[in-house]
Amino acid sequence: MTELLIRGGWVVGEAATVRADVHVRDGAIVSVGEDLDVPTGALVIDAEGCWVGPGFVDLHAHLREPGGEAAETVASGARAAAVGGFTAIVAMPNTEPAIDSVDTASYVLSRGRHAVVDVAVAGAITVGRRGEHLAPMAELAALGVRLFTDDGAVVQDAAVMRRALVYARPLGVRLAQHAEDASLAGPGHMNEGPVSSRLGLIGRPTLAEDVIVARDLELVRVTGAPLHFLHLSSARALALVEAARAEGLPITAEVTPHHLTLHESACGTYDATFKVNPPLRGTRDVDAVRDALRRGVVDAVATDHAPHAPETKDRSFDEAPSGVLGLEHAAALVNEVLGDDPVRFFAALSRQPARIAQLRGGDARAGLSAHGGSIVPGEDANLVVFDPATTWVASREILQSRARNTPYHGRQLRGRVRATVVRGEVVVHEGELQ
Amino acid sequence: MDTIRGGNLIDLGTLSRDAIVEVLDTAESFVEVASRTVKKVPALSGRVVASLFYEESTRTRLSFETAAKRLSADVLSLAVASSSVKKGESLRDTIATIEALGIDAVVLRHRSSGAAEQVSRYVPHVRVINAGDGLHQHPTQGLLDAFTVRRALAGRRGVEALGTGASLFEGLRVVIVGDIRHSRVARSDIDAYVTLGARVSVAGPATLLPDDLDDWPVEVATDLDAALEQSDVVSLLRLQTERGTGAFVPSLREFTSTFGLTEERAARLRPEAVVMHPGPINRGVELDSAVADLPSSLIAQQVANGVPIRMAVLYLTIAGRTKEER
Repeated sequence: MTELLIRGGWVVGEAATVRADVHVRDGAIVSVGEDLDVPTGALVIDAEGCWVGPGFVDLHAHLREPGGEAAETVASGARAAAVGGFTAIVAMPNTEPAIDSVDTASYVLSRGRHAVVDVAVAGAITVGRRGEHLAPMAELAALGVRLFTDDGAVVQDAAVMRRALVYARPLGVRLAQHAEDASLAGPGHMNEGPVSSRLGLIGRPTLAEDVIVARDLELVRVTGAPLHFLHLSSARALALVEAARAEGLPITAEVTPHHLTLHESACGTYDATFKVNPPLRGTRDVDAVRDALRRGVVDAVATDHAPHAPETKDRSFDEAPSGVLGLEHAAALVNEVLGDDPVRFFAALSRQPARIAQLRGGDARAGLSAHGGSIVPGEDANLVVFDPATTWVASREILQSRARNTPYHGRQLRGRVRATVVRGEVVVHEGELQ
Repeated sequence: MDTIRGGNLIDLGTLSRDAIVEVLDTAESFVEVASRTVKKVPALSGRVVASLFYEESTRTRLSFETAAKRLSADVLSLAVASSSVKKGESLRDTIATIEALGIDAVVLRHRSSGAAEQVSRYVPHVRVINAGDGLHQHPTQGLLDAFTVRRALAGRRGVEALGTGASLFEGLRVVIVGDIRHSRVARSDIDAYVTLGARVSVAGPATLLPDDLDDWPVEVATDLDAALEQSDVVSLLRLQTERGTGAFVPSLREFTSTFGLTEERAARLRPEAVVMHPGPINRGVELDSAVADLPSSLIAQQVANGVPIRMAVLYLTIAGRTKEER
């Protein structure tokens, strides 16, 4: 195995940042300190001016396999993740068929074992993600599945959601809700507001999110089961979550790079690249999402990486599928929002999502290494070297993803992944996949 | 934009007063073609207009195709309906196919808002004329409604409409009644009337008014009967029950009793007021049958005026050169 010295960077801990070298051997960190000697034959990564921290963990990646291989595969999604600095990703279960059985989960996990980063799997809460009958959560938990969600669909029936929370709690797993009331969201194609009204597009109101968040907080209060809210985008929903957490309810939440950085006005030319659920919102909500991340009201940034084959995004706005790519640009966008705050940056992109997905050292894991930990000897070497100052321009022409539906084409970004280390192997060096 | 010459017609909200008046004036010059024995002028001879209707529409399609033929253009009429969508062909591919046949303009009707704007990006060298896109815009309807009103007002004053510019719209009181929320006709009508200088108010059940009405350049008529007594133009919108908008009101009967132009309500109209409807009419829903046939109704003229307006739009966009070119 490779021996490696990451030299001259700022090592980002849970609370502080120190200048140190990191020596990696046999898949683990062996020493951390100033001016370490270069071991014979070791690969040296120059991290001057860079942050060195635990590799990013994405709670929310649509890898499309099985069923949607024209848009993405586990392998291509993992390559996109590696370029983006992620060392572990959670594959969402809205595949065809859905990940609602041991067979399908095993298939995706087996594809993940050959991928360039660690791939965990989220299972469906209900069979076929239809919101009716519980999926075999205990069997899936035995395979190592720790997150369950019908994402893309909401568990609309309150009694089913309550039953799922009660059932999941003793299994030690966490449910995750795509919070959009189906009747209020209706057939909406973008955020409901002045822009949708002018464009003649049916709106999808923040109210749809608020109603499910309010309902589910009450279900959590009654059941005591932990719940994670996916991709929150509404100021009101974030306020509800903040109050519930202050009360001590076991709630976690994520926001996405696109809800942090894009505005509903991006839909103004009917370019379906900007069509996503929940939709891009207005200024007030975007500001609330940014504020929630900065203040720690939400735990994590998750990409909701949603590849779509180009021909499907070429349809008219109302007919095109929803979703944007996220893995390859997420870190730079979070850096843009958080400014010069490496501790919170690694908390949002690595440490807290690793905790939510139960991917840290000491968590009961199935065949996956430890992520989101401290940079200390003995830890698995899942690391990222991130240069926070370099600027570059995003382009849809140079993506590792099979799909091209990035909403950031042509945007200037600040901060770039220089190296990604997975289990002690350098998978990205000088920004290039190895 | 100050002219549609050499450009596209997608959204009336982007046009200036001069641009709209230019279309109305150009249409005036085409009106008499309909009264000729040989109803044709050679203005667009040798030009090709593709008529692409993804949504069923008899009157708009016939009106556009008649307009193109009266200008001596060749018309490629594609019976798209929804068949190629069902076969999986994207809008972009369909347009590319038609462009390859060599066309100067495409007239597009599509159930998706924004389809015309998207097509204009796919084929930048082809003129794109929006014949109605989803809930967004129906610009030629807005233009022909303004044209119809201007002709009626000019006729009463015994003057030629040509030459009046926008003067007859100054202070004109227009009330638009019905499903404003889901109406592309309402959006285009409001753009046309407001740009020309009219005062526009809207009335309808609260569920059929847009949520952001405060930002629209219109007033809300909370008392329909009072608004009718003060209006010069009453424009009724079609309640599109076939699209499920009937679910926004308790019943059609209640809609008619609260916002329909019944005979009793029509009796409140000022004698000089005119009644308009883009058609097809749901008789007995938006208006009583008898009201549709009153002398104050301009509904038949709206249909007739569709042809000269569409001739003007085709002529200006295809043959009209931009200022830079002149």
